[in-house]
Amino acid sequence: MCGIAGILGLTSGPPPQTSELVAMITRLRHRGPDGEGIYSDRRVGLAHARLSIIDLEGGRQPLHNEDKSVWVVFNGEIFNYIELRPLLEAQGHRFYTHSDTEVIVHLYEQYGDDFVQHLNGQFAIALWDTRRRRLVLARDRTGIRPLFYTRTASRFLFASEIKALFACPDVARRLDPQALGEIFTYWSTLAPRTAFAGIESLAPGEMMAVDEHGDARRHRYWDWSFPEHATPPARPVEDYADELRALLVDAVRLQLRADVPVGAYLSGGLDSSIIASIIKNFSDTRLCTFALTFDDAEFDESAHQYELVQYLGTHHTSLRCRSADIATAFPRTIWHTETPILRTAPTPLMLLAERVRAENYKVVLTGEGADELFAGYDIFKEAKIRRFLARAPQSRWRPRILERLYPYLTHSPANGRAFTHRFFSEGMEHRDQPYFAHIPRWTTTRRSWQFFSADLTQQLVDWDPYRRITAWLPPELSRAIPLGRDQYVEAHTLMSGYLLCSQGDRMAMAHSVEARYPYLDHRLIEFANRLPAQLKLRGLVEKFILKKAVHGLLPETIRQRTKQPYRAPDSGSFFHNGRPVDYVAELLDVKRIRESGYFDPLAVTKLMEKCGRGRAIGFGDNMAFVGILSTMLVDAMFIRESLGAADWSAAGTPRIPTRASRVFN
Amino acid sequence: MTDTIKKRIREFVLSNYLFTNDPSALHDDESFMKRGIIDSTGVLEVIQFLNDEFGVTVTDEEMGPENLDSVISLAGFIQSKDAKTKALSA
Repeated sequence: MCGIAGILGLTSGPPPQTSELVAMITRLRHRGPDGEGIYSDRRVGLAHARLSIIDLEGGRQPLHNEDKSVWVVFNGEIFNYIELRPLLEAQGHRFYTHSDTEVIVHLYEQYGDDFVQHLNGQFAIALWDTRRRRLVLARDRTGIRPLFYTRTASRFLFASEIKALFACPDVARRLDPQALGEIFTYWSTLAPRTAFAGIESLAPGEMMAVDEHGDARRHRYWDWSFPEHATPPARPVEDYADELRALLVDAVRLQLRADVPVGAYLSGGLDSSIIASIIKNFSDTRLCTFALTFDDAEFDESAHQYELVQYLGTHHTSLRCRSADIATAFPRTIWHTETPILRTAPTPLMLLAERVRAENYKVVLTGEGADELFAGYDIFKEAKIRRFLARAPQSRWRPRILERLYPYLTHSPANGRAFTHRFFSEGMEHRDQPYFAHIPRWTTTRRSWQFFSADLTQQLVDWDPYRRITAWLPPELSRAIPLGRDQYVEAHTLMSGYLLCSQGDRMAMAHSVEARYPYLDHRLIEFANRLPAQLKLRGLVEKFILKKAVHGLLPETIRQRTKQPYRAPDSGSFFHNGRPVDYVAELLDVKRIRESGYFDPLAVTKLMEKCGRGRAIGFGDNMAFVGILSTMLVDAMFIRESLGAADWSAAGTPRIPTRASRVFN
Repeated sequence: MTDTIKKRIREFVLSNYLFTNDPSALHDDESFMKRGIIDSTGVLEVIQFLNDEFGVTVTDEEMGPENLDSVISLAGFIQSKDAKTKALSA
């Protein structure tokens, strides 16, 4: 909710210009359509685009403290502002608004940089201390809200999205080859790196202070941490379940705080069903739910969604997403993600946010985070099995348990037992490394490197995925229990680097919708991380303690349901009768591929042929196709700007001859 | 006869998994798994190819690396299936 941008003029340079701040913030209008505000003095400019959710009348930003020595712009919500305010007032602070924003400046007056420890929320904050002459940037603990920055010769610039930085003519626009190596391995860059050279991102749980000479100090104020020893549960399981339930209910209670209606996303799975059920049973909020349905049965979960809708009696809206809709909306998706991506899954979520807005909702609660917290994903089970195999590599019966995975995919890798065994045996020499769980995924993803141009390949010749990630992860992570290591890596790469941004914030914000994540309440994360592993992954049963905690709140079929991860149709969406849709043909044309230099033209052509014939059934080919297409879109939109911003506004996409109609429920 | 089969297999693997026309990119006896040419889902593409190009169906028991993991093994597998079919219809 909201967009922020700003300029810190370094001592040698000119003061920030209002016109430039306006140019930056205008690019973020989709994040804040309800109004704009600017503060500037001879050193700093702060700009804010508002999405009004709390204190609709009074909460305009930029906002200040009593004597206007401290100014702030922020994107997000401070959910515990209601509890913080009386404490601050008792300490002598005077408020002039009813907004959650204002607690930030008073906490800073009271606690300095430690202000951030008192916040329970999602946020990207930029605070200007006029007395101490420092700009303080802070991002929430899991990276729900984005914050990018860059330096030029005479200034330091920051913004919620990179497109606002690119509004400044002195900011260079170039893809970073190292970034492509990271994205086509880990699914995202590793902060502070972004897809663009010279543009950096503040990491989740990080703060940075910049002075007027441009000296910057950063530190991590919070991180996930796990026990170092496996211990059995110290209390009865029911105790843990009760505590978890209470925390969940409280997280939802806090995150329902708004002066506008709040809805909930329903996937049909356990996590979002829990959120919906808590809203129904523990609050007065009228429960309105939103869900995606797909024509292809491989992706569709509508049966489970409707089961929950009946059970809870929600006012429900569903949006049917057809394969062709994805091709139509994909360029606009990349305009918002500002990075290459490897799946089309964000696109239907963007369309869903559009529908949410059409129903006059600005806020939705969603279920992201539960899988990372409670070991919901298959990757955690796979890692457990692979460690089990590693202890007796010659065993013939151990591999039989591989057959118990993957019930949900039509093209299941469980066929071809020996191949599956080989797949799972990958990387055994790394079994004590913290990234062990992720080796199979990264290996499959890195098959996309065969599409890199000779030039890009050469630039990455010394790049090693394990060396790179080891240098990036905290050294003490090796001491954590195995499941903890797996969870840490997953939360910091896939979740914070891709799911929360490309699938989460950017897709909802494309239509001025604020997504909220009760599972990412940091008290809940801290509780979950302390749990003994077997309360999370009991044998091969995922999210054991979570399911226990919500007994009675859901139909048993949903409570006991095995994880089906959210996926959307991939490469097939971009072809009609074997031919690529117009813009795809144009962007992946041999000449253009050769000219832009990222990919090998012949390899891309062959991949196109394979996708066109409907033969790209595996993850590897689909990831490569989507990755290549999205990279060429990033190149077109941000590097060349051959397709202007107006072409990608909410109104539509250029040069698509027929617009597939959407069927609304 | 084997040479034609091998040629068609090579072309398929080069085009479908290596996305190249360069014959030196693949040796006849190279393990697909070891090369990382196919993963566990890629096996299904091979099976589809065998069905479409040669009319060969692969049973669950036959779905192993000894039959499917290199150009040589695939050629041998197709030959043996062909021989079996001929023997049955004799």
